[in-house]
Amino acid sequence: MMSKVKCECGHVNPFGTVLCESCGKPVAGNQHIDGNEGKKLLNMRYEGTARRSQTYTKSFVDRIWSFFSSVKVGVWLIILALIASMLGTIFPQQMYIPPDAPNRNPAVFYEEQYGILGLIFYQLGFHNLYSSWWYMILIALIGVSLVICSLDRFVPLFKALRNQKPKKHKSFLSRQRLYSETEKVTDSEVESVKNKLRQRCYKIAEENGHILAEKGRFSRWGPYVNHIGLIIILLAAILRFTPIFYMDEYVWVREGETTVLPGTDGEYYIKNKDFILETYDENDESDERFKEALEQVGTVVSNYQSDVIIYKAARPIPGAEPKLEPIAEESIQMNQPLEFEGYKLFQSGYQLNEFSSMTFKIYKTNDSKEEELGAFTVDLMEPESEFILDNGFRIVLDKYYPDYYLDDNGVPASETNFPRNPAFVLLVYPPESDTAEVSFLGIGKNIDPTEENEYKLGIIDFEMHDVSGLAFRYDRSLPFFGLGAAIFMVGVIQGMYWQHRRIWINRTKDGGLLMAAHTNKNWFGIKKDIETVLENTDIKMVVDQQELDEKEKH
Amino acid sequence: MDLQNISSMALYIAFILYLIATFFFGATIRDKRKKHKKGIAGKIGITITVIGFLAQLVYFITRWIASGHAPVSNMFEFLTFLGMSLVLGFIIIYAYYKLSFLGLFALPIAMIIIAYGSMFSKELAPLVPSLQSHWLYIHVTTVGLGQGILGISFVVGLMYLIKEVDQSVKSKSRVWLESILYLLFVFIGFVVITTTFNISNYNVTFEHSTDSQIYTTEYHLPAIAAPNEGMLLTEGVMEPWFETPAWFQGSDSGRKFNTVIWSVITGSIIYLITRLIIRKRVGAAIQPLLKNIKSDLLDEIEYRSVAIGFPVFTLGGLIFASIWAEAAWGRFWGWDPKEVWALVTWFFYAAYLHLRLSRGWHGKKSAWLAVIGFGIIMFNLIVVNLVIAGLHSYA
Ligand code: HEM
Repeated sequence: MMSKVKCECGHVNPFGTVLCESCGKPVAGNQHIDGNEGKKLLNMRYEGTARRSQTYTKSFVDRIWSFFSSVKVGVWLIILALIASMLGTIFPQQMYIPPDAPNRNPAVFYEEQYGILGLIFYQLGFHNLYSSWWYMILIALIGVSLVICSLDRFVPLFKALRNQKPKKHKSFLSRQRLYSETEKVTDSEVESVKNKLRQRCYKIAEENGHILAEKGRFSRWGPYVNHIGLIIILLAAILRFTPIFYMDEYVWVREGETTVLPGTDGEYYIKNKDFILETYDENDESDERFKEALEQVGTVVSNYQSDVIIYKAARPIPGAEPKLEPIAEESIQMNQPLEFEGYKLFQSGYQLNEFSSMTFKIYKTNDSKEEELGAFTVDLMEPESEFILDNGFRIVLDKYYPDYYLDDNGVPASETNFPRNPAFVLLVYPPESDTAEVSFLGIGKNIDPTEENEYKLGIIDFEMHDVSGLAFRYDRSLPFFGLGAAIFMVGVIQGMYWQHRRIWINRTKDGGLLMAAHTNKNWFGIKKDIETVLENTDIKMVVDQQELDEKEKH
Repeated sequence: MDLQNISSMALYIAFILYLIATFFFGATIRDKRKKHKKGIAGKIGITITVIGFLAQLVYFITRWIASGHAPVSNMFEFLTFLGMSLVLGFIIIYAYYKLSFLGLFALPIAMIIIAYGSMFSKELAPLVPSLQSHWLYIHVTTVGLGQGILGISFVVGLMYLIKEVDQSVKSKSRVWLESILYLLFVFIGFVVITTTFNISNYNVTFEHSTDSQIYTTEYHLPAIAAPNEGMLLTEGVMEPWFETPAWFQGSDSGRKFNTVIWSVITGSIIYLITRLIIRKRVGAAIQPLLKNIKSDLLDEIEYRSVAIGFPVFTLGGLIFASIWAEAAWGRFWGWDPKEVWALVTWFFYAAYLHLRLSRGWHGKKSAWLAVIGFGIIMFNLIVVNLVIAGLHSYA
């Protein structure tokens, strides 16, 4: 099949090699691969190694492999993801439609708020862009590209850097960016350079008087380490789609109420002891420093808090009423979730001042003193349908609107199921009577539709409670995200804050010296290194051939 | 004098010191001509810069003590911190490369950012519950630091372009470069006009309704653009010329739009006056100053500051941000506009780094990318904060 290539130095290189693995001499016929043709300087990015993507391009698999291992393709994918992400912020995503919007139905909201552009935004599905199939595919393709390009380069690069020889071919040295030739050099000068290099933490490899000084090689692995971190993050994101790793529930609990936590098969219960909402007070001593700001913006909330008890249900007999064991009693605040047995509860919503109960009295319509003939209390969460008073009155709760409003047709209705603005239609049966008088009562409303009622009802008392909205979750993918992020950070720091520097010093037969140097970043730094080690010798400072290149262009 | 006054004073001193340092860095041009290799002016410049930075640190610490929380919680505080990070980024890069000239460009940009920030409300503000977390400080300071260092790549990229873009022939790059310089004038215009009317305590009030709610909005600049369907309540002042279109979001979009108009007008006037005085493009006027600097060195500093800033930005803007979001809301990532734009920034600089791997993406192209990158950062800070308000909205 594809033959290996033997270099004049005797080394046998794998097919597709650009620069001989041993002496660095450019392999004829392969220079187009790294774009070295017609260039003064050699492309050193991958050390001229044979990479699968550049070598095998015939079969279908080869083509896919080459496609995804190309940095150009990778950059395109990143740019596409970038543009897609931007598009999603033009208008709010569906989940960020404001709660007080006139109509929260996305089919209406976008057009109503933003006109034709909003309609297009909605019809293209951009209102849920980040969970759309095509956005996810884009991110997945970045992942595929990441894996393939890393595999494609890592192995050859690893081999090349492990098997370096100090002796290099002249055409390799002279085509490095930093290069110099010196005619006559004494052994003691070379010795002094070597010592100074050691002082600067270079590792020295020697072979027949030829020298390779190297440091920071491990930084070359940085990109591969950080790409592994990214892959772990992408895998974690896939795991998070499974219920084993991620659960997201929401629970509303009234003050005083005990309710089951959703998604736990009745294993856990929560009791809300108290919901607390505090605001900054400009007259308070410790908040006085905020006086000016508070005067400008008005009230600012300082704390949302739910004091709760968590119970674990013990069921000695299946189906029996559970016995509740308290297992945690704590205050949940924003930024301070409650954690128990792998679950987390977050303070994330509230409803103030719902009505828990209302007490009514009966009195004669024409009694200006409104003397009480009897009273009853309606539990607004679980209202009874009938009340029989001691003195013989019977009251039937005919209709109950927990959150009363008049709908578009002027018909009474309830906006939500929560008793925020309760209203009632009550039938009053006086003692020993079978005909009812109809009354309509609500907050600030007391209507007698017939205007002939003998008895009237009035609200004499009520109780209120707050409701806590708690997000109830577990996210077992977090450790994987953490791991991925940590590896990513190690990788970028390794690759960015250290650099790989190499200096080749080769002796010529007639006592001269060739010096060349390469680094993957920070040319300024390596030049400074070389300047220092050449002090007090007659070895010529390396010349930056890239600079010359540019001057010539002008 | 109480802490808050000390704090404002320290910031003021820092600003003045940066200004003085800029002049010393400017004087290094003369040093270069006289072939003094180690210019004394540069040394004085960097010393004053460091003292200015320390003064700003005093501002930061005293304000922290006064408010009880790290001063990075509103637009003013964050922008001044960004300016400070930019100066720190400059000091770090200077320590390594000893390029005095960088100061001549980096310090004015830092000053524009600080001055711009100072136009926002400066009162100590209490923290709403979601911000009451140590992760807030850690997240925002790290992001600011990362953005400051990335800002250096913008400054250097701009220097590169000023030096390399051919001013003698008509070209797209020449137009774009001049546009960016013009944009800097608009920021200066904003500062000038806001300060002018602040001193005279100008104030008009509008009443207007959005989403069936009545709002009043105070303008501190004469109203050119009134709020949408707004009614002027103050008498004896300039009548607005037109209304802000309805599709501008938010109850005070009118005021913001009006401010933008004023900034553009003032900036344009200052720009035109400058052009009249120097009688050439601003880019062309600065170009000769950069004659003696090696383009290669600029290119490398620009790349290195991205290389140094990118990990810091990732840590602050994505990782610490996620940790905080997880603690506050129970979801580490929520596709909030601010988060998305942090991701966009991150994608952008990742693309930059990968493009640098190939030949042909060094030099001018790369300098343009560095300029655009910082443009994205400023967009996230200004437009996303003020226009596309999300959970993070500050002002
Ligand atoms: C958002 C996703 C990505 C991030 C954050 C990322 C990050 C990085 C970073 C920080 C470097 C080091 C660059 C330098 O040293 O200047 C790097 C190098 C590299 N990346 Fe990525 N990368 C991403 C996606 C990709 C993709 C999709 C490809 C596929 C083509 C790719 C291919 C490479 C290659 C070939 C290198 C150079 C390796 C070397 O120098 O040995 N990256 N990447």
